[in-house]
Amino acid sequence: MNYDKYVGDVVKNIKPSGIRKFFDVAAMYKDVISLGVGEPDFVTPWEAREAAVQSIRKGITQYTSNSGLLQLREAVSRYIDLHFGLKYDPKDEIVMTVGASEAIYLAVRTLVNAGDEVIIPEPSYVSYAPGVALCDAVPVGAKCVAKDNFILTAQALEEVITPRTKALILPFPNNPTGAIMNRKQLEEIAEVIKKHDIIVISDEIYAELTYGDERHVSIASLDGMRERTILINGFSKAFAMTGWRLGYVCAPRELEKQMLKIHQYIIMCAPTAAQYAALSALNTAFEDNFAAVEEMRSQYDVRRRFLVRRLNEMKLTCFEPKGAFYVFPCVSVTGLDGEQFAEELLADQKVAVVPGGAFGDSGKDFIRISYAYSLESLKKATDRIETFLKKKGVL
Amino acid sequence: MDKKDKQIIAILREDSRFTTAQIAAMSGLSEDEVKDRIAAMEQSGIIAKYTVLCNTEKMDSDAVTALIEVKVTPQMRDGFDAIARDIYKFEEVKDVYLMSGSYDLTVIVEGKNLREVSRFVTERLSVLKDVTSTATHFILKKYKAEGVVLEKREEIKREEIV
Repeated sequence: MNYDKYVGDVVKNIKPSGIRKFFDVAAMYKDVISLGVGEPDFVTPWEAREAAVQSIRKGITQYTSNSGLLQLREAVSRYIDLHFGLKYDPKDEIVMTVGASEAIYLAVRTLVNAGDEVIIPEPSYVSYAPGVALCDAVPVGAKCVAKDNFILTAQALEEVITPRTKALILPFPNNPTGAIMNRKQLEEIAEVIKKHDIIVISDEIYAELTYGDERHVSIASLDGMRERTILINGFSKAFAMTGWRLGYVCAPRELEKQMLKIHQYIIMCAPTAAQYAALSALNTAFEDNFAAVEEMRSQYDVRRRFLVRRLNEMKLTCFEPKGAFYVFPCVSVTGLDGEQFAEELLADQKVAVVPGGAFGDSGKDFIRISYAYSLESLKKATDRIETFLKKKGVL
Repeated sequence: MDKKDKQIIAILREDSRFTTAQIAAMSGLSEDEVKDRIAAMEQSGIIAKYTVLCNTEKMDSDAVTALIEVKVTPQMRDGFDAIARDIYKFEEVKDVYLMSGSYDLTVIVEGKNLREVSRFVTERLSVLKDVTSTATHFILKKYKAEGVVLEKREEIKREEIV
């Protein structure tokens, strides 16, 4: 059968992820050190795992309410107030989702009509643009550049706003650049957002992973922004819970009510055992002052510092990323673009990194290196990169 | 010891071959500061030694390790210290710990072979005047030592998903 004629155009036109494509190649080599994975190398805190096991043992295997367990929504509400100064009513302003990924889709789907434009800073996470396209809306890139430490500037935003612009996806701390945006920088874009009357979908999944003195600031906490922000977060990065698939979306109740309809019909509810695990993760964190999160953060920080110095001394210049667990060095010094660099490095030294172009054209001279790896692996991998650069005559 | 000292120790315990410059970058201190702090910790004995962790399982030898529970009669004034010193002076003794619980000292002994350890226990250790009894446990297999898993196991695979 010719299936082509059955598959819808929107899906057909979506390109497969550049990361996947590259790592299918990497899988053919032996003894590869990968610095490609975008998930924590830590295991979910014990209390969370135990709570899930207990819930299963007790036979709590049914659906929860559509929005998720009320106790969990209450805990989430307390948490985002405590850490980001945000007030959301657990009754009808928080929905537990299947990862932050579902939340992003809910937000976009809820806002757009066919042909509406959604602005996506570039470079950023690979799922946004296809997600927007799936809703028959148009993804529009807003360039973030190395010179500005990869933040979204008011000017870059202003340049791409049109009368069709409905929303801005704001992904900070950022994957792949590691950039964060401080209060002042957020205030600058908030002015533009209010002026043009658009909604912000703020993906704050890396909110707990910021380093140095600056802590994450949510755009929803700025004057006049809560009412026009859909806040997305989850447990994957903060509590090393990627495989549990649990996120949440917070918004003013009028918007939440609309998103809940989609969630209700396509998902019903987030996995029950995962919700019990998350509840326990949060309750433990309230008691011990987020000890598990702090421990992970401090380990990531040591690795981050190690990498930034090592890469810069090897002439792979990178600005100091203050968030997430990625560094995003420029590879122009080798005369290669990110994709060529990644391919040659893989073939020559068996180190896998992600070509920056996978995150949008503006990333094409860069590579993404994840430091969700042990220091030992990072040390070995950077030694191999050094060998590669020597062969290339850079060092 | 402050937080930064502890961080330096944590880095060195992970891999004592990190250079001063690397440790400086990782801890956010200057190189000189790292040097000074390490020197101070060596001086004060916080850093007792730089060594290597070997996986003896992979070494071609008959060497054995035994954990010996030792009961002793504590001495006036010196308590357990004098007898502990008598024990640790033997070269084959790797560790000596004073214990709470049902016996007094844990003594870890390494020998070239089984016979050497047996001889140590029967001829040198149990004959000490204040040793009242010993129980020798030979280590059959080391799974993990100093926080390092020694056996090869399949790691949990993380996938490059998107």
